[in-house]
Amino acid sequence: MEIGYYPGCALHGSSNDYEASVHACLKALDVSLRELDDWICCGATAAHSLNHKLSIALPARNLGLAERDGFTQMLAPCPMCSMELIKAGRCLAEDPQVRKEISGIVELPVTGKTKVLNLIQVFQQVGLERLKSSVKTTLESVRAACYYGCLLTRPPETLQFDDCEQPSSMEKILEALGAKVVTWNYKTECCGAGMTMANEETVLDLSHKILSNAAAHGANCLVVACPMCHVNLDMKQGDIESRFNVRHGMVVYYLSDLVGLALGLDPQTLGIDRHFVTRPASPAQVAN
Amino acid sequence: MSRIGVFTCWCGENIARTVDVERVAEAVAQIPGVRCSVHNKYMCSDPGQTMIREKIASERLDVLVVASCSPHMHLKTFRKAAGQAGINPYLVEMSNIREHCSWVHHDKEKATEKAIQLIRLSVEKVRRNRALEPIKVPVTKRALVIGGGVAGIQAALDIADTGYEVVMVEREPSIGGKMAGLSETFPTLDCSQCILTPRMVEVGQHSRIRLYSYSEVESVDGYVGNFKVTIRQKARYVDIDKCTGCGECWNCCPLKKQLSEFDYGMGTRRAIYVPFPQAVPARPVIDKNACTKLKKGGCGLCEKKCLAKAINFKDQDKLVEELVGAIIVATGYQLYRVGQDQGKRKLSGYGEYGYGRYKDVIDSLQFERLVSASGPTGGVIKRPSDGVVPNTVVFISCVGSRDNAKGLSYCSKICCMYTAKHTMLYKHKVHEGQAHVFYMDIRAGGKNYDEFVRRAIEQDGARYHRGRVSKITEENGKLIVRGADTLAAVPLTIEADMVVLAAAMRPSDGAEELAQELGVGYDEFGFFSESHPKLRPVETNAAGVFICGACHAPKDIPEAVAQASAVAGKVQVMFGHDEMTREPEIASINEQTCAACFACVRTCPYHAIEKTEIRSPKGILVKRTARVNSGLCMGCGTCVSVCPSKSADLEGFSEQQIYSMIESLV
Repeated sequence: MEIGYYPGCALHGSSNDYEASVHACLKALDVSLRELDDWICCGATAAHSLNHKLSIALPARNLGLAERDGFTQMLAPCPMCSMELIKAGRCLAEDPQVRKEISGIVELPVTGKTKVLNLIQVFQQVGLERLKSSVKTTLESVRAACYYGCLLTRPPETLQFDDCEQPSSMEKILEALGAKVVTWNYKTECCGAGMTMANEETVLDLSHKILSNAAAHGANCLVVACPMCHVNLDMKQGDIESRFNVRHGMVVYYLSDLVGLALGLDPQTLGIDRHFVTRPASPAQVAN
Repeated sequence: MSRIGVFTCWCGENIARTVDVERVAEAVAQIPGVRCSVHNKYMCSDPGQTMIREKIASERLDVLVVASCSPHMHLKTFRKAAGQAGINPYLVEMSNIREHCSWVHHDKEKATEKAIQLIRLSVEKVRRNRALEPIKVPVTKRALVIGGGVAGIQAALDIADTGYEVVMVEREPSIGGKMAGLSETFPTLDCSQCILTPRMVEVGQHSRIRLYSYSEVESVDGYVGNFKVTIRQKARYVDIDKCTGCGECWNCCPLKKQLSEFDYGMGTRRAIYVPFPQAVPARPVIDKNACTKLKKGGCGLCEKKCLAKAINFKDQDKLVEELVGAIIVATGYQLYRVGQDQGKRKLSGYGEYGYGRYKDVIDSLQFERLVSASGPTGGVIKRPSDGVVPNTVVFISCVGSRDNAKGLSYCSKICCMYTAKHTMLYKHKVHEGQAHVFYMDIRAGGKNYDEFVRRAIEQDGARYHRGRVSKITEENGKLIVRGADTLAAVPLTIEADMVVLAAAMRPSDGAEELAQELGVGYDEFGFFSESHPKLRPVETNAAGVFICGACHAPKDIPEAVAQASAVAGKVQVMFGHDEMTREPEIASINEQTCAACFACVRTCPYHAIEKTEIRSPKGILVKRTARVNSGLCMGCGTCVSVCPSKSADLEGFSEQQIYSMIESLV
């Protein structure tokens, strides 16, 4: 299977560990990713808070490139990117007037027909059966708290992915790999996201609650599919610990990390050694 | 050639303000065949009607056009007046120059021209009217009541007490409906069962009420006054005539852990059970999905214990037919299933409340069972997870209602009241406890209703927070309820021991299918539609079918009961006559030319056209044809418009009449 790949800013920058993980893991599953040539920013939080048309045009340019290159499907591993792309795609698909105007602005014919996927959806396309049969190292010591954050399922009317309040798609994937998942309460709560720049205390407070709740429900790791969540929960974990005078020591995996480990890939290839909280180095050691 | 009389009305200023009535009368007098064209300030008044009668006599008129208001308003009036003067009422037509002309136009010149043309049309039509006689239909003076909740019970008793027979069909093993499971009722806090159960017993013992419990309406044929209803009696595995209700069977049944439907899963029952002690009929039923004997042979303990030999494991569904003249739908409601799929409507909102995952998040009917003395805890409020008496209870109103995004747009109407009641009942039983209510608005319109809510707040100390709850989570045995108090403009987190969701009322499962079977309209939510919201609130657009209770819209007990008695009154009026008259302006099929394509059979919205065969006296098939059932036809004319061989026609609105009307204009 070959699909388009839109990395977005994060995966080429601070979250290149995520990119390594996604690439290695999907390669092992025979999914080849073809990066969109000449892609630009999706607009993220900045565009839609400033100018509606800009917030459509920026992702639309990328959708236009995808259409130019003939991608029917495109992975955007960052949920902010995938949400913005899907939102723009819907606007374009629904309204011919918008389509005409935006095509003019981005200097590319764009219809919004490319299907944008998040990471979970790519694994769903690979199929739980395929995942199950590809397991080399079972993840039985993993007790994962799957963390979806704000944007993987929201806004529900735009994304139409999973149950926005009680999602379970990550759990199904991990269970197929032999991992245990915990029932907990902060699956879809906010980690603080971009507030990490403006008001770090908010982020530390919110992320602390997420880490504490996961531990209280017996999790030995968090699993995310969002670079921003990873930054707040992993990189900031030291700051959280000193601020609240606690010791979390909670490993935060990308979903592709755990899938990769189950497929027998080594942690270095997956970029796990570049995480800030890295205590358990292999699945066998996950549970201390 | 008919001698036509045209009577044009001023309707005070209503018509005369925009239509020059005098000029109209003059112009109309020129139409060939019109022998008399006069006007009157109020044609419907006594002098107006007298004028019509006098002109009929003096001008020897034989057909009439009255140009005035809508025929919905006064057609009957003028037909009656003409009838008194010896003219067949169906030779009177009305031309609507008020609603269709003067009220909707400003230009007097043009409106006058239009009025003349409208009358010209009516003159052309009435010229070809035929004298008709009303259709008389015999009335079967028995009523069918579908649903044995409080509305159905009230209607059935009112009708039966007047002396007419009633057939009641109830889907559950016992009648009583939702009300039988309630604890106490607002705004008086009197015990629900104490009010209801004597009425249930009356139904069970009434000599003129035939009760089919654990049964459903399978199909309905026929028409007003003469319905043929097929009822499916579901296999009960207990012969209720032999059974004495002694209780040996359910006391010996080893399967004790079946979730009780009557307790909404809060309590348990056996595999053979009576839903609740006061059930009517007080006869058990076997749950075929639980019973060991029925599932895989074996056991059969109840059969051995039953001295009356009433257990019959070979029991099967039975179909019985009943003939009735009127049908009363009282199928009631169910609650919005929070966070779960609602069947066809794809409503599955409110996953954030954790209903179904957290045992201590329950809905309002479940709370009723917790408070009820006959409930699973004997009326002690214990939370389901661990049986501890909750110290803090949060009530959330408008769950599923008034929410276009995730639920239903309508107000469920009774939730504000019962939530106030819940906080009171809770406080009366747990004196140290604190009730919190999250609400959008408090809607307490009704006699003594607002006072009741004030009492809950001021005397019983319920804390009302205006705002919604965004999430409920469970931490260390507490439910963390996070919401907002929008009046204080602060986020609010309450650590609760139990949460009660005031879920919206929805029509019962199967209501839409029943509505289709009966030919009754229903709204987008599945509630049955009344014929007219103000003047015909318990009738439906299907003649002889009436509605009462919550199948029509969310409503409380007093309103449901009032409606049920209203229905009984309507049925009594109907049964007060031996025959019913129906308007004769109905369709007919020319069986000589009918090509038996049956397009009319498929399109008739009232199922009034049937396929039939014409046979020679020796029984040889001559031809197939469609035939109109005059008891069912409502005269809509759909068949006329779809008939490709032009074999269908409508009395009083024939194709010939319509064509000549059009010709008169062009």
